[in-house]
Amino acid sequence: MIDLFGRLAWGELKLFEFFHAPSIDTAVASGAAWMAVLGVLAVMAWLTVARRWGWLWSEWLTSVDHKKIGIMYMVIGFVMMARGVFEGIVMRAHQTTALDGGVLSNTHWAELFSTHGTVMIFFVAMPFITGFMNYLIPLQIGARDMAFPVLNQISLGLTTTGAALVMISLVVGAFETGGWTAYPPFTGADFDPGPGPDYWVWAIALSGFGSMFSGMNFAVTIYKMRAPGMSFMKMPVFTWTALCTSILLIFALPPLTVACLMQALDRLAGFHFFTNDLGGNMMNYANLFWMFGHPEVYILVLPAYGIFSELTSMFAAKRLYGYTSLVIATMSIAVISFCVWLHHFFTMGNSATINAAFGIATGIIAIPTGVKVYVWMATLWGGRIRMTTPMVYMTGFFILFVIGGLSGIILANPAINWQVHNTQFIVAHFHNVLLPGLIFGIFAGVHIWFPKAFGFRLDERAGKITALLWIVGFCLTFLPLYLVGLMGYPRRSAAFDNPDFVPIMIVCMIGACLLMAAFAGLFVTLWISIRNRDALAVPLGDPWDGRTLEWATSAPPPPWNFAMIPHVNERDAFAREKADGQPYVTPERYEDVHLPPNTAAGMVVMIATTAFGFAMTWWIWWLAVASFAGMVLWYVVHSFREHPEVTIPASTVARHHKAWVEAASLNPGVTRDHENDTRNRGRAATDMVVAS
Amino acid sequence: MSSARHLGAAYRCALLFALLFAPSLAVAEVQGFLTPFGAIARVQRTELIWATAITMIAILPVLVGTPLILWWYRRDNTRATYRPQWHFNTKLEILMWGVPTIIIVALSVWLTQAVFRIDPYRDIDAEMAEGMDFEITGPPVPVDVVGLDWKWLFIYPEENIASVGELVLPVGRPADMRLTTDTVMQSFMAPGLAGQIYTMAGMVTQLSMIADSPGTTVGQNTQYNGTGFPAQRAPVRALSTEDYADWVETARGAPALDAETYGVLAQSGDIAKARTDLGREGDGPLVFSLAAPRLFDRVVARYRSGEPVPPEAQPGSPVYDPESASLPEVPQ
Repeated sequence: MIDLFGRLAWGELKLFEFFHAPSIDTAVASGAAWMAVLGVLAVMAWLTVARRWGWLWSEWLTSVDHKKIGIMYMVIGFVMMARGVFEGIVMRAHQTTALDGGVLSNTHWAELFSTHGTVMIFFVAMPFITGFMNYLIPLQIGARDMAFPVLNQISLGLTTTGAALVMISLVVGAFETGGWTAYPPFTGADFDPGPGPDYWVWAIALSGFGSMFSGMNFAVTIYKMRAPGMSFMKMPVFTWTALCTSILLIFALPPLTVACLMQALDRLAGFHFFTNDLGGNMMNYANLFWMFGHPEVYILVLPAYGIFSELTSMFAAKRLYGYTSLVIATMSIAVISFCVWLHHFFTMGNSATINAAFGIATGIIAIPTGVKVYVWMATLWGGRIRMTTPMVYMTGFFILFVIGGLSGIILANPAINWQVHNTQFIVAHFHNVLLPGLIFGIFAGVHIWFPKAFGFRLDERAGKITALLWIVGFCLTFLPLYLVGLMGYPRRSAAFDNPDFVPIMIVCMIGACLLMAAFAGLFVTLWISIRNRDALAVPLGDPWDGRTLEWATSAPPPPWNFAMIPHVNERDAFAREKADGQPYVTPERYEDVHLPPNTAAGMVVMIATTAFGFAMTWWIWWLAVASFAGMVLWYVVHSFREHPEVTIPASTVARHHKAWVEAASLNPGVTRDHENDTRNRGRAATDMVVAS
Repeated sequence: MSSARHLGAAYRCALLFALLFAPSLAVAEVQGFLTPFGAIARVQRTELIWATAITMIAILPVLVGTPLILWWYRRDNTRATYRPQWHFNTKLEILMWGVPTIIIVALSVWLTQAVFRIDPYRDIDAEMAEGMDFEITGPPVPVDVVGLDWKWLFIYPEENIASVGELVLPVGRPADMRLTTDTVMQSFMAPGLAGQIYTMAGMVTQLSMIADSPGTTVGQNTQYNGTGFPAQRAPVRALSTEDYADWVETARGAPALDAETYGVLAQSGDIAKARTDLGREGDGPLVFSLAAPRLFDRVVARYRSGEPVPPEAQPGSPVYDPESASLPEVPQ
C-alpha cells in the first residue's frame, strides 16, 4: 500500500504553498495553480449547466472530421498561449527588479523560463501549425478528409497529453529548471532527482509521437488524395509548405523522442547515455536534440510562409509571383534545415573546419529565405493592395522578420556566435523570427480562414488594433534585448549587476504589457465578432475573393467538404472558375458520400497516456502498467469490432449543395470596395475577371 | 560606465552605438564585447560590424521597398498599373537568387577566415600576432579552468597558485587555457577578450586569449547551471607585468589548495559560502597556493575512471558530501 502513490505526497500540491509560506514568489506559484484548477472547474461547470457534455463528446471529442480536429488544435494553442503569455509577463516583471536580485526566487524563475519555452514551442506553436494544416490541407487539395482520420485524432490526443502533463506540473510538484532544451547532465537524476525533468521527458516524448504521426498523415494525404488533375506543381503554396513541414515532422521528431526516452532510461533505469560518468556524454544529447531542434524551426515557420504567400496574392488581388521559385525555395529550406544543427553549439569545442562548414550551411539557408521575401514583394508589386488585418500582420512581419534574418546571419558566423551565444541576443533573435514569422502568420491566417470555419468574418477594426498592438509590443519587448545581449547579459539569468540594464528592462516590461493587451485583443475581437455575427456572416464561403479550392465551398463547409470532388486544371483553381464565369454550378447527378464514423480512440489514447506520463513521473508503477496495458487492450478489442462508415445519402448532399449554389447565384457578389461591410456575404465579384 | 549611469536612456543608447563604432572613445570600468581590449575580441567585433553591413545590402531593399510598394499599389491609387497576371520575370529571378547568393558567398569566405584565424584551440603565437597585428611580449601563461557550482576555479600550474572567482592575466602574454567542469556543463566567456567555450565533465576544451592593455572584463558562465547561476561572474583583470608579478607573489603566500580543500570548495555555493566553508575571512575572490599537483587532470579523471560517480561524490548534486568524495590519482 505504501507505493500506491509512488513518490507523490500531499506536500507536492502547489495550491497551498502560499498559505504555508506567504511571499510574492509563492503567491505567483499558488495563484497560477489556482487559475489552472479554477479554469478547468469553470469549464466543467459551464458544460454541466448548459448541458453540453453530450454535445462536446459527440460533436467534438470523438469527431474524426479534420476541420474539427484542426479547430481543437487551435483551441489548445490559445489556451496554452494564455499561460505562456502570462509567464512572459511575470518574467519581465521579475527582470525589471532583477538588478542584484528580483521578486521571484531563482528556482521559480528557472521553472518559468523552462515552462515558457516548452509551452510556447511544443504546445502553442506546434498545435497552431498542426491545426492550420489539419484544417486546410484536405480543403485545398479537394479531399474529403485526411488519409488516416483516426490516426489524426490520436495525434491530437497525444498532443493534448503533453499539454496536460505540463499543466498538471503547475498544480502538482514542479517543472524542470533546465530550459526548454533540458540539457543533461543538469536534468539528469544526479543533479535533479525530479519530478520536474520527468514531466518534461514524458510530455515531450508522448506529444512527439503525436507530431510524427501528424507528419505521416499529412504527407500521405498530400501524396495520395489530391483532386484529379492537381499535379504537384498545381498545388496551392500553403499545401506545398505543409508537405515540406510534414516531411520535416517525420524525420525531425524521432531524434527528439529518442533523446527523451534515453533521458528517461538514464533517469529511471540507471543508464549512462548522457551522465557525467561511465562513458555518458551530454554532447550526444545536444546533437540529438538539435537534429530535431533546427528542423523544428522550419517545421513551425514554413506553414506560416505558406499563409503569407496565400495572403499576399489574395490581398494584392493578383497571381502569386514566382510560384516555382517559392516551391524550390521551400524545398531547399526543408532539406538544408537538416544540415545546420551544429550552429546551436559552435561553442562546444568543434574543430575550425566543422564550425566553418556549419556556419556556411547556415548562411546558405538565408538564400532561399531571402528569395521568399523578394517573391512576396514582387507579388505585391503591380497589385491592388487592400490593407486588411492580415496585411497589417504581413507588413509587421516583413519589416521585423528581415531584422531577425540579419541577426540570424550574424549568429551564423561562429566567430561572432562565440560572443553572443547564450546571451539575451539569442533570446531576441528567436523571438524575432518566431513571433513575427510564425505567430503573426498564424493570426493573419486566423483572420483569413475564420470566416471559412465559422461562417462569419472577424471584426476588422478590432483586428487591426490588435495587430498593431502585437507589432509595437513585439518591438518594445524584444528588440532591446539585442542591445543587452551584446552588452553581455546571459539568457536565463535571474539577476544582473549592470545598472544600465534597468531602463532597458523597464522598456521591455512596457512592451510585455502591450503584448498582453494584444493577446486580450484577440479575444475582444472574437467577442465583438460573435456579437455581430449576423452582420458579418459570409455563408457563401468566399469573403476575400479567394483563389484556391477551400473557398469553393460554403462557410462553414459541410462535413463532406465538397459535394463532388473537383477536377483541377491549373493553379488557383477557384480563381480560374471565377474568371471563366462558372464558379457555382450543380452537377448532373450527386453520389453518396462515405465518411469515417466517430470514435473514442483519441480520447482513450489521451487519457491512457496522460495517466502513463503522470505515473512515470511520480513512480506510480501500477498505474503506468495499468494505463499502458489498458490502452493496448482497448485497441485489440476495438480492432475486432466493425466500424461501418457513415453514409451521407446523395439526396442530402444534393439538397445542401443546391441550396448553396442557389443562394450564391441570387447574390450579386460584392466588389472589394465593400469587402468589410455587411454587403459581403461571401460571394465575390472579382477584380480578376475585369482584368484578365 | 559609472558616468554614463546618470545619463538619459536615449543618450545611453546613442553612446552604445558610438562605442560600437568608435572603440577608442571607450574608457569603461568593465569592458565587454563592444569595447574589447584584446586582439581576439577585436576581430569578433569587426566581424559583427561587417556581417551587419554586408547583409544590409539584402535587407535595405525590403525595409525601404515594402512601405513604398504598399503605399503606391494601394487599392485606391488609380495611377498605379494593375498587373493581375504578372507572375514571372527572368531578370528579376536572377536578381532574387543571385544577390543573396553572392552575399552568402562573400560572408562564407569571410566567416571561414575568421573561424580559422581566431579558433579558440589555436595557440596565440608569433604567426597569429603578425597576421592580426598585435604584440606578444612574453611566454604564454597556462591557466586551467574548472567550473564549479557557482564559481570558477582558475589554476596556474606554472606559478603553483590558484584563484577562485577572479582570473588575473598579464598584459601581452597569451593565456593558454584548458577548461573542464566538475559538475554540470557550463560555458566560460570573457567578452572583452574572447568568446565562450563549453566546459564539460570528463572532457577538456581549450580557449586562448590575450589582453593588449590593462583592463577588466567579466568571466561569466553563460550556461544555466542552477540557482546560483547569476552569481557565477568572475572579474577577469589584465594587469601590467609588474602588477601581475605582485599578484602572483601574494597568492603564493595564501593558504594551500589541496585535494581536501578542493572537495570543500566544490560544494554548491557562491564565493561567500566558500569563504565560510573554508574559514577564510573577508570577501571577494579567493587565492590559494597550489598544493595539489595535477589537480585539473584529477578532476577530469574523476569521470574517466570506469567507476561510477555516485551522487554523494558528485559535486553539484544535492546530496554531495566532500567526505565521501575523493579525486583519483593520476600518474605524475
